[in-house]
Amino acid sequence: MTTAEINKPNGPVAAALLAGGIGSAVLGLLTFGAEASEVIKNLLNWYQPVGPLMGKSSVGILAFVLSWAILNFIWQGKETNFNRIAIAAMVLVVIGLIFTFPPVWSILLGGE
Amino acid sequence: MSTNDLWTTTHGMVFGFIFLLGFAGALVGIYMMKSEWLTTEGTNANVNRLRAFLWLLAAAVWVAVFTGTYIVYPWYRAAPPEGAIDLTNFPRYLLLANESTAFWHKLGMEWKEHVAFISPMAATVVAFVVQYYGAALTKKPEIRRWVMIFFIVAFFAASVAGMFGAFITKAAPIR
Repeated sequence: MTTAEINKPNGPVAAALLAGGIGSAVLGLLTFGAEASEVIKNLLNWYQPVGPLMGKSSVGILAFVLSWAILNFIWQGKETNFNRIAIAAMVLVVIGLIFTFPPVWSILLGGE
Repeated sequence: MSTNDLWTTTHGMVFGFIFLLGFAGALVGIYMMKSEWLTTEGTNANVNRLRAFLWLLAAAVWVAVFTGTYIVYPWYRAAPPEGAIDLTNFPRYLLLANESTAFWHKLGMEWKEHVAFISPMAATVVAFVVQYYGAALTKKPEIRRWVMIFFIVAFFAASVAGMFGAFITKAAPIR
């Protein structure tokens, strides 16, 4: 391990973490959106055998990949406030976890 | 074993299982990356194995979600013909037809099919960070801690998917 390796800027790593959070949050919010609105559900139904799951997961993955590419472009070679970004990423992941949990849909939307 | 059985098993018991089984070893590998515990030589040798292992786990969990979503799930949610009485080949409808088993769809499948996608994203992030820093991660305790948290999230999401997958397959197998 060289000094250059140790001193590598944390920008690309921060970009990856935040992108993971963004992908999860988008997935969670779309999942909830599809439960809340028939219009969103139909918009995400790209392939009948899989139903809206294809739209939700594809947009979530696309958000992950695109945000990673963009953030990596912005933060490449830069040192970031890693802890702050990691906390933001974790908050986004938790949003993803909360909104993919079916009882949360019932609590927020009513019903069973 | 039918083709459907084979794919269901491959999805869960091969690709999903590789990730779930490999998680603990990889987590320990990341946790052990402490400069005070390892020699430079040991760190370099371990990190290359860990890099390859983490990419393998990330790939396995991506394959698990894609085979699950695009091969197994369409069989699970296929609608029976109108007036069908025997729902054996239509697991979603079979579960929903009975109040005592509807839970497996309403909570189990609905949760599993969505939360599972968080796992490959988080696992890929972990593999990337270890690839990027390599042995230098031993000098970055803060980053290593966040990597472990992300990896635990990946495991949690995969565990939910795996656990409910096993229960649902027991309650209403895809034939």
